Amino acid sequence: MKAENSQELKPETLIAEKAEHYSLSTLFKHWEWMLVGLIIAVVLVNTNLSPYFLNANNLSRTSSDFMEIGLMMLPMVFIIVTGNIDLSVASNMGMSASFMGLLHNMGVNIWVAALAGLLLGTLGGVLNGYLVGRVKLPALVVTLGTYAFFRGLAYGFLGDQAARNYPPEFTYFGQGKVFGTLVPFSVALFAVLAILFGLVLHKTTFGRYLYAIGNNENAAIYSGVPVSKIKFRIYVLSGFISALAGLILAARFGSTRPDNGTGLELSVITAAVLGGLDINGGKGTMYGAALSLLLIGLLKFGMGLMNIQSQVQSMVVGLLLIISILLPHFVSQISSIRKDRIRWKSILAIVAVVLVFAAFFAFFFWSRAAVIASV
Amino acid sequence: MSEYILELKDISKSFSGVEVLHNVSFTLRPGEVHALLGENGAGKSTMVKVITGFHQPDNGEILLDGQPVQFSDTRESRQAGIAAIYQELSLFPDLDVAENIFVGRHPITTGGRIDWRKLYAEAGKLLDSLGVQLDLRQKARNLSIAQQQIVEIARAFSINARILIMDEPTSSLTLNEVADLFHLVRSLRDKGTAIIFISHRLEELFELADRVTVLRDGFWVDSCMLKDVTRDDLIRMMVGRTISNQFPKLDVCAGEVVLKVEHLCREGVFEDINFELRCGEILGMAGLVGAGRTNVARAIFGVEPATSGSIILADEAVTITSPQQAIKLGLAYVPEDRQHHGLITPMQITSNISLPTLNRYANHGWLQGKKERKASFEAARQMEVRANHVQQLARELSGGNQQKVVLAKWLSTNPRILILDEPTRGIDVGTKAAVHALMSKLAAQGMAILMISSELPEILGMSDRVLVMREGHVTGHFYRNEATQENIITAATQDVRAGSCQ
Repeated sequence: MKAENSQELKPETLIAEKAEHYSLSTLFKHWEWMLVGLIIAVVLVNTNLSPYFLNANNLSRTSSDFMEIGLMMLPMVFIIVTGNIDLSVASNMGMSASFMGLLHNMGVNIWVAALAGLLLGTLGGVLNGYLVGRVKLPALVVTLGTYAFFRGLAYGFLGDQAARNYPPEFTYFGQGKVFGTLVPFSVALFAVLAILFGLVLHKTTFGRYLYAIGNNENAAIYSGVPVSKIKFRIYVLSGFISALAGLILAARFGSTRPDNGTGLELSVITAAVLGGLDINGGKGTMYGAALSLLLIGLLKFGMGLMNIQSQVQSMVVGLLLIISILLPHFVSQISSIRKDRIRWKSILAIVAVVLVFAAFFAFFFWSRAAVIASV
Repeated sequence: MSEYILELKDISKSFSGVEVLHNVSFTLRPGEVHALLGENGAGKSTMVKVITGFHQPDNGEILLDGQPVQFSDTRESRQAGIAAIYQELSLFPDLDVAENIFVGRHPITTGGRIDWRKLYAEAGKLLDSLGVQLDLRQKARNLSIAQQQIVEIARAFSINARILIMDEPTSSLTLNEVADLFHLVRSLRDKGTAIIFISHRLEELFELADRVTVLRDGFWVDSCMLKDVTRDDLIRMMVGRTISNQFPKLDVCAGEVVLKVEHLCREGVFEDINFELRCGEILGMAGLVGAGRTNVARAIFGVEPATSGSIILADEAVTITSPQQAIKLGLAYVPEDRQHHGLITPMQITSNISLPTLNRYANHGWLQGKKERKASFEAARQMEVRANHVQQLARELSGGNQQKVVLAKWLSTNPRILILDEPTRGIDVGTKAAVHALMSKLAAQGMAILMISSELPEILGMSDRVLVMREGHVTGHFYRNEATQENIITAATQDVRAGSCQ
């Protein structure tokens, strides 16, 4: 077949200003919608299984349990979008809270102590930001180092003691409700900050630069994006927010121990990645991360009501995480089937994924069935 | 046994509803070099990927030795004797030559260990049969690109390839290396290997290929013997029109000096670089790959700042330490490597174009999407970018269109000085002519252009003055009327005196 004499195309016909439309199917391919579906499913299942699930007081209490993770997740989303990581968040949280506790034990005014805690946490972020952004060391190694270093400082401040007897004005930040409602203060704070962080990520030049760095750092440098400055800033931000989360944790418990929040960094990263963020950077949204936090919260709360052990709860979240990264693979296998002839390998892959799904849900319900029977 | 070793019949292939190959047919005889020609986006790469089984055709069939075959992946096609060597070479940098040839197929002793003696013996035998000499124990990272290609070819023949596909193998080779490669290709052809050869350099095809198949916009245009056609015929077939003036350089009177570089030095990379650039002028920078031209450009643009020397912009000495600063000073740099430095390929055309000027579309940091999209659309439209819409991802575009996006991005910064690093490498004839016309127009409007190019016709055709570099030194300086191919090659290959940065 020969090509027709190609007419001279007018420039206007070469490119359109806007994408014509978003088809419904592409919309539903988005992971965020899968999360919404899963959240609805979890709510429905849990409501059926337990009368206590849709109880406003219970929800209010349990939601504040996740706010430290949620707060630390916000800057973590920024960091992961640039293709970096911050493993030191939970240690930083422990360090800042312990420093505040130390000052409080020494009789310093609680607000001054809190401010000092925030300052120390921010300084921790400055250290990370300097090493990653300016000296250009690998983020994983730097924050693995500060992860140990900050936690060590926390023990240095408080030893094996605890700080307690915080005044009620302070514990309000962890235990209080926004007046007249059942919404805990920390949840309201998280909601406001999440919206703010989401807007910054998706609606500002700063957010655009984060994606540019995550997708191709070199091209971003060549395009005049101030890469090291931005990296520095997000680590400082992460340090500040970690310290804030530390104060809120202290306020919620009414006490501080140097091991507060140990291991939380992994929950933070899990929530972000389950929300559809690519650990290699450049992809994902703040909505996704917020939704995944909600999903994990509801899932754990529901299982808690069923008296399912926390080890089992972590297993469920872990499996869910693996499924979330398997799913895109699964979708592409399905679409390749539609186009080409059927291949036994793709069938095998799909069967494997379906089996994992089935195993997940079987395990999920089996673990509950035992509990329900025992009640 | 059929006449053809490989035959494609009415192959069609679409991606997400867009047909990129329309009933393309292609035949390949044993012992011929068959050139595949077409602009970027014409469907050459897709066709190669269909042959190697990377993609499966929607329609049509592939005959190998007259038998219909279906490859579900590249492994199956390799087993059938089809090997492809792509522009981006895929050697393991820390393995040596012999290991790279047999990687994944190491000969094993009975004890299960690698039989190193056999490995080196067989690799040596293979290279001898190809008539090339390489140190078998040299690590791949120390090889030149030409040598790496030879290793890839050897790898292909270690699995008895009968069909060899070479995708733009010469784009980063020097003239001597090209000659050696052609020698090798001819000897393979004479031994009966069928070779599909893709190149944008038409001169090469006339030198090497027996037959040519031209594709345009996914359609098969013609297949013919190369001795029956002229260069202009081929260009006409590729672009559907004649390109009358390949280098539309307008004569302009250069204005005042806008950029002056004095004794610029970066330890171990280049030293004592002096030149001036006037507005309205195109200064060509010639030299072999690795002569330090790109490093000079990077130093001026602040990516890798110079260690000593001075840069004077319009009578004012400046120290440029970052691209942001360079952009503010009115510099723009279109880098050599589109994929890694020029574009953020997973992002939209819009975001790519607006990236250096993002603050213009923001109000106190808040992006105004509509304003950004309008401006990017306008810039893309002026460059005649071919895409469905400006929100398409940059990686979905062909090489030529990607380059247009990069140009649109940098021109929207309204630079006074434009540095172009290999502006037409790996892009098709049509886009090339468009880029040259654009350069000429910009210079006529008073922009100062520094053009780094390894293509002599481009240097000779476009430059008002030519600077030649060799091993980090400027070894030649010619005005347009005195610049000849011989002058430049002599300067680009001469010995340089040693010196050091003060």
